[in-house]
Amino acid sequence: MVPLSYYLVLSAILFACGVAGFLIKRNIITIFLSIELMLNGVNLSFVAFAAQLKSLDGHIFVFFVMVVAAAEAAVGLAIIIAVFRTRETLNVDRVNLLKL
Amino acid sequence: MSLHLWIIPLLPLAGAAINGLLGKRFPKALVNTIALGFTAAAFAMALWVAAQFAGLSPDQIPHIERYATWLSAGPFSAEYGIYLDQLSVIMMLVVTGVGFLIHVYSVGYMEHEGGYYRYFAYLNIFMFFMLTLVLANNYLLMFVGWEGVGLASYLLIGFWFLKKSTADAGKKAFITNRVGDFGFLIALFLLIKHFGTLQYDSLWPLVSKYPVESGAAGLLTAIGLLMLVGATGKSAQIPLYVWLPDAMEGPTPVSALIHAATMVTAGVYMVARSHLVFNRAPDAQMAVAVIGTLTAVFAASIGIVQTDIKKVLAYSTISQLGYMFMACGVLDYVGGIFHLMTHAFFKALLFLAAGSVIHGLGGEQDMRHMGGLRKYLPYTFWSMTIATFAIAGLPPFAGFFSKDRILWSTWSSGYHVLWLLGVVTAGMTSFYMFRLWFLTFFGKYRGPNPETAGHTGAIHDAQDAHAIGGGHGHGSPHESPFVMVIPLMILALLSFVGGWVGVPHSLAGSDRFGAFLSPVFNEASATPGTEASVAAESKPEAEDHGEELAFSCISVGLAALGFVLAWWLYYKRPEIPERMAKAADGLYTLILNKYKIDELYGAVIIQPLILLSTNVFWKGIDRGLIDGAVDGSAAGAQETSDAMRHMQSGNIRSYAGWVAVGAAAVIAFMVWRGVR
Repeated sequence: MVPLSYYLVLSAILFACGVAGFLIKRNIITIFLSIELMLNGVNLSFVAFAAQLKSLDGHIFVFFVMVVAAAEAAVGLAIIIAVFRTRETLNVDRVNLLKL
Repeated sequence: MSLHLWIIPLLPLAGAAINGLLGKRFPKALVNTIALGFTAAAFAMALWVAAQFAGLSPDQIPHIERYATWLSAGPFSAEYGIYLDQLSVIMMLVVTGVGFLIHVYSVGYMEHEGGYYRYFAYLNIFMFFMLTLVLANNYLLMFVGWEGVGLASYLLIGFWFLKKSTADAGKKAFITNRVGDFGFLIALFLLIKHFGTLQYDSLWPLVSKYPVESGAAGLLTAIGLLMLVGATGKSAQIPLYVWLPDAMEGPTPVSALIHAATMVTAGVYMVARSHLVFNRAPDAQMAVAVIGTLTAVFAASIGIVQTDIKKVLAYSTISQLGYMFMACGVLDYVGGIFHLMTHAFFKALLFLAAGSVIHGLGGEQDMRHMGGLRKYLPYTFWSMTIATFAIAGLPPFAGFFSKDRILWSTWSSGYHVLWLLGVVTAGMTSFYMFRLWFLTFFGKYRGPNPETAGHTGAIHDAQDAHAIGGGHGHGSPHESPFVMVIPLMILALLSFVGGWVGVPHSLAGSDRFGAFLSPVFNEASATPGTEASVAAESKPEAEDHGEELAFSCISVGLAALGFVLAWWLYYKRPEIPERMAKAADGLYTLILNKYKIDELYGAVIIQPLILLSTNVFWKGIDRGLIDGAVDGSAAGAQETSDAMRHMQSGNIRSYAGWVAVGAAAVIAFMVWRGVR
């Protein structure tokens, strides 16, 4: 059986990749994907703990996260389309109307 | 038996409330109906109460009515209650009676003035506070009235507040009175601390247990002296008299009511009310007598050279109040209150008559521009004549009996120096009053020519911003309307006969006033069950009247001398005074400038205070410390925000970076502490 720590390290790597992508990339869609990557990194640690502790709680959490992520994807993509239509760009640095 | 005395002060308060709150929309006739109606009702009620009071048996006096507890704090409590004895009956009658007459007079005098309703509301509220002052059954309630009349005085002095000197005079009166009130308050605190009560009926037995502090000054001397400080403020005695001459900026009826007849006598009333304290404090009592006498002679000397008719009367008021204090100081409280009453009559009359002259001349107050007015204002002339004879102390007018009583009791108490000063003052009083009389009513009219005065009348109005005129054209001087003349006549009658209630035994009179009032000051009856230790009033009855008569002759002789001198200088040879003034130029100027006391106070007290306030309190503490702290914290917040602002770049990735750094910091912290 694969030890728990392997899963956790993989989860941390995935999450860190997500953070890095979020911070580095300017394209809003890439940022969006980075968020999904972070979410899935967390999901991985949830199921890993669930398997280790022989508990269903972790699975339940993961389902909730997936549902929320799906909803977020729908709303987020809609926002992205709306932003693109008005601003004609996907570069987040140029979406700065609220800046003083 | 309840006499429902609470109604008396509340009647003028009701008038003040109605006129003050709603009067702006009322026609003038309604305003003065309300003001006069409530005042007349108060006077009628006072008369009824006095009649009931006469029917009380001696053991029912003082008649005390308690309505409610006003405040109680621990063992101390003060009531709403009324204390009716011979003293407060007299004060009540004087206040409501003279007050009512002056209300009537004001209807004519203030006819052309703006703020008519305001004037009557203030006048009524003054009556309310004055009645509270004289009827209260404890010092605290008296103090409410005491402060209230100060407020009313301030409001009425500053009635024409658009003029700067008027507004300043109001402030001066108020602030000077505050200095005195400070002393009075400390006296009250001492009473509370040592006796635990301010109710007259429970205070007197406690005070009367104290021995006379003849050797060393003690508690009662301190209380007496502090009360005297309060009285000097309210009653315009040295050193706090300076506000009263300036108070003449107010309307003349106000000067008559507040600054001559009633409010300024509150100090005398207070000293008389506190006679048990003063009886036991010879030093304080001595101070009262000395201050009274000095004020009398000092103010009289200033009055001699004043040219403004109201200023002469103002200094004369200060001087007469000095007599009252002199009487209280030599423990002749009856004489003090007697003079208070007669003075209320003749001084109110003098002011009202002077107001009538000013009214008739369209606002002219300078006696140098008057003269010969007896042809134009006959009623005013005759009432003024009676008042002048009364104040000069010529028999059989009212002032003779009261002033002579004071002088005699001063002499017979052994204060011979004070008596001498008092008699000199009597001569000076006679002189400056007849000077006023001759300058105003005799000789040739020195104002604008009556025939051509039609257009110069306007100059008068311009000269004096609070000219009575404006409404009606001022041609030649004219007599006042009857609504003003009738109060003059009534007061003239009172000034004539008012003294007859106190004709001394030496003149084969029965001194009914003294017999009526003296039980108040008789210690044995005031404090049943204690030994009367002080012989305040007990002048032996079987006295040799010859000596007293001789002294009366001296003062009458001096009064007559004053008359003759005034006649010689201001009627027969009117050019002499000018030459005399030139001859004694320095002295004349000094007295004309009121001994430069105002300037002295300005230099010694006011200027240092202003400098201290400006440099330390304003620029140092207020602007430096308080404003500095406030501005500093505001500036600090701004600087910090300015630095922090750059974090809000609007760049999403930088926000995300902060979130990541924060999360990392939290995780690092948890790892470092060890996750639980």
